[in-house]
Amino acid sequence: MAILETQELTYTYSVGTPFEKTAVDHVSLKIEEGEMIGVMGHTGSGKSTLIQHFNGLLKPTSGKVLLDGKDIWADKDKIRDVRFKVGLVFQYPEYQIFEETVYKDIAFGPKNMGLDEAEIKRRVYETAHDIGLSEELLERSPFELSGGQKRRVAIAGVMAMEPRVLILDEPTAGLDPAGRDKILDHIKSYHERTKNTILIVSHSMEDIATFADRILVMSKAKLFCCDETVKVFARADEISRIGLDVPQITRVFGELKRRGLDFGKEVYTVGYARDLLLRQLKEREVR
Amino acid sequence: MLRDITIGQYFPGNSVIHRLDPRFKIIITIIYIVMLFTGDNFLCLAVGAVFTFGAILLSRIPLKMFFKSVKPLFIFLIITSLINLLFMSRGDVLFEWKFIKITDEGLTTSAFMVIRIVLLIMGTSLLTYTTSPITLTDAIERLLSPLRKIKFPVHELAMMMSIALRFIPTLIEETDKIMSAQKARGAEIDTGSFAVRAKNLVSILVPLFISAFRRADELATAMECRCYHGGEGRTRLRQLRSAPRDYIALAVTVLFLAAVIVLGKLF
Amino acid sequence: MENIIEIKGLHFSYESDDAEKKPVEVLKGIDLDIKQGEFVAVLGHNGCGKSTLAKHLNAILLPTEGTVIVDGIDTKDNEKLFDLRQRAGMVFQNPDNQIVSSVVEEDVAFALENLGVPYEEMRRRVDDSLKAVGMYDYRLHSPSQLSGGQKQRVAIAGIIAMEPKCIILDEPTAMLDPQGRKEVLATIHRMNREKGITIVLITHYMDEAADCDRVVVMDKGMVVLDNVPAKVFSQVDKLKAIGLDVPQVTELAWELLKAGCDISPEIISEEECAAAIEKLFNS
Repeated sequence: MAILETQELTYTYSVGTPFEKTAVDHVSLKIEEGEMIGVMGHTGSGKSTLIQHFNGLLKPTSGKVLLDGKDIWADKDKIRDVRFKVGLVFQYPEYQIFEETVYKDIAFGPKNMGLDEAEIKRRVYETAHDIGLSEELLERSPFELSGGQKRRVAIAGVMAMEPRVLILDEPTAGLDPAGRDKILDHIKSYHERTKNTILIVSHSMEDIATFADRILVMSKAKLFCCDETVKVFARADEISRIGLDVPQITRVFGELKRRGLDFGKEVYTVGYARDLLLRQLKEREVR
Repeated sequence: MLRDITIGQYFPGNSVIHRLDPRFKIIITIIYIVMLFTGDNFLCLAVGAVFTFGAILLSRIPLKMFFKSVKPLFIFLIITSLINLLFMSRGDVLFEWKFIKITDEGLTTSAFMVIRIVLLIMGTSLLTYTTSPITLTDAIERLLSPLRKIKFPVHELAMMMSIALRFIPTLIEETDKIMSAQKARGAEIDTGSFAVRAKNLVSILVPLFISAFRRADELATAMECRCYHGGEGRTRLRQLRSAPRDYIALAVTVLFLAAVIVLGKLF
Repeated sequence: MENIIEIKGLHFSYESDDAEKKPVEVLKGIDLDIKQGEFVAVLGHNGCGKSTLAKHLNAILLPTEGTVIVDGIDTKDNEKLFDLRQRAGMVFQNPDNQIVSSVVEEDVAFALENLGVPYEEMRRRVDDSLKAVGMYDYRLHSPSQLSGGQKQRVAIAGIIAMEPKCIILDEPTAMLDPQGRKEVLATIHRMNREKGITIVLITHYMDEAADCDRVVVMDKGMVVLDNVPAKVFSQVDKLKAIGLDVPQVTELAWELLKAGCDISPEIISEEECAAAIEKLFNS
């Protein structure tokens, strides 16, 4: 059974006013336990509205969101529990930090869950380790840290709730390449350790290509596709038509195809491209 | 959602009232207030009402928006009328029960007061309904500019006002975002006991303040880079030019005021 | 061509509030000349000192040691401060925090108002600048109704209105989505091409740097590379070591070169890369 599922999910802003706008339009999709999913779509495509439905921050205008097969809005009073099961990290999450120490800020979510001190401590230490924050940082003020460290504190704050589904909205926005790689690596190793489901919204196709099992694409409030990474990038032309980019390396192989060099494979990472080219060159030499 | 709140209550439009020079609109509003408070009989009030409704008609803003503006002060109006009703002992007694005594004069005074306040609110709302906050700030700055001679920081105050106006939507959006983020961490903001909610308010206010200070800091640098150095020697893109219609409007208002004064003396 | 920016032996240290602590040296001896009309990208990771350098070009910061001369004006010359800031305008990262007014056209006019430009001239310059960045139709909008890319273009218009010789942009696209980034970059390139304005683009996106005339790479407060993009990016090892990326096409060429293929790593565009690979297979 899918861990997260939407059925004909529709959300309309400001119903009954001149500003009425459907942000999510009859979206049905299934996300399986343990998947790592990349979410794409340009600004205004409805992807941010969609992910805010997964943890019950927004209530569908019509349609359903199912967690473990159960409608999350079946019992309105339990919606807070859904937020602990589906963790959502917003864009620029460092701006939500407010406690005087890193430890306390990470502990905010677990505390709201009503856990006991020992369990909170275990979780804070474990997630701090997962996200690459050293223990001596825990007693420091989060406001003294660098931008990249603050970002990681904020992500740890959601991870510490040990949600079964973790959703991150552009976790690397505004970071430099080193900061970006660090965060993505830590998220990947967290995924390997916990085997939890992860959704990452990103504008960088190059990044998505390196981690995603499947890619969910939103366009104009509708679900464009939710499919395996290879299959999505195979539709490079369509993807460009809805205003999104495919990785640069994929475009190079598209250009090669036009020049009559067709390798018959979808290429979307540099490592794969190198191996493929070297193998082909060798075969050619043998011939 | 917080975003839906409209600040300043400005209804864009292109009516005569909208196009009046904001400086004149402010002066006219002041005369209007004087008009309402000099007249002490119903006839004066009737003249004031004619002026108010005439202006509202010209503004082409639905009348119900003006009744809406009175609504928040409903309780205040009831209290005012009750006080006048109960504590006015002059005049003929109409009704008496235990310590409550209602006189005919009490009744008229209370009606008079209520009508006066309603007119006052509706008339001043017309100013904010037809003038954008930024134009209003600008007009106030220019009207007060003679005060600069006595070292009153007119320009600084106006600049502060306009920056505040500029950042209100930004900060509202930011508050919305921080609230959602804390809710995602299980903070109870809309639900839960008062104590819990108060505590969770801290989780919103702290990030909001930090962000506001950061913004202020960055904005100050950006302003410096664009050669900001206070009000001295500044020219303006927004030109306030008075047209004949402004003087006509002013003259009409003064006529109404004169009428009220005369009627007040005669009756 | 004449130099518009001349930086000689620039050192800069932040004084700590705590007198006990040593001042932190952020810039450690920078020599850099930029020619009139050049489009220069300054690349570096966060904290390498690139923003601090940018702030020196506009006298927001003054050198602890060394000199910065912009269009013949020493940034330490307080008398000519406004003159300097008019000639070298600055655009910042966060589009929200640099827009002062609630009306687009009034924001564009802000610098001109400060400089006391007469109305008729101001009106003309504001309209021209808004047209130049393609935001004229939005002149009466409130900034809060605009997208990030549009706000950034308004900020650029506000600088263009001063008719500067040089624009310094401090990570202007870091907070934008791909669409906004494209808009802003296209605008900057057009300003450079059509108006001949010198552009100093501070960024950590290597793909933005690939389209420039020249790339200056900074690390730990020093300039470590300074050349045309293809030459800079071909130093893949060095760039990776200081925490920067190279375009995927350059990386692929470099990987192939390492594996023994006959290919030049000086590749920065998709066409060049495809052509080079085609050549490998045809030889």
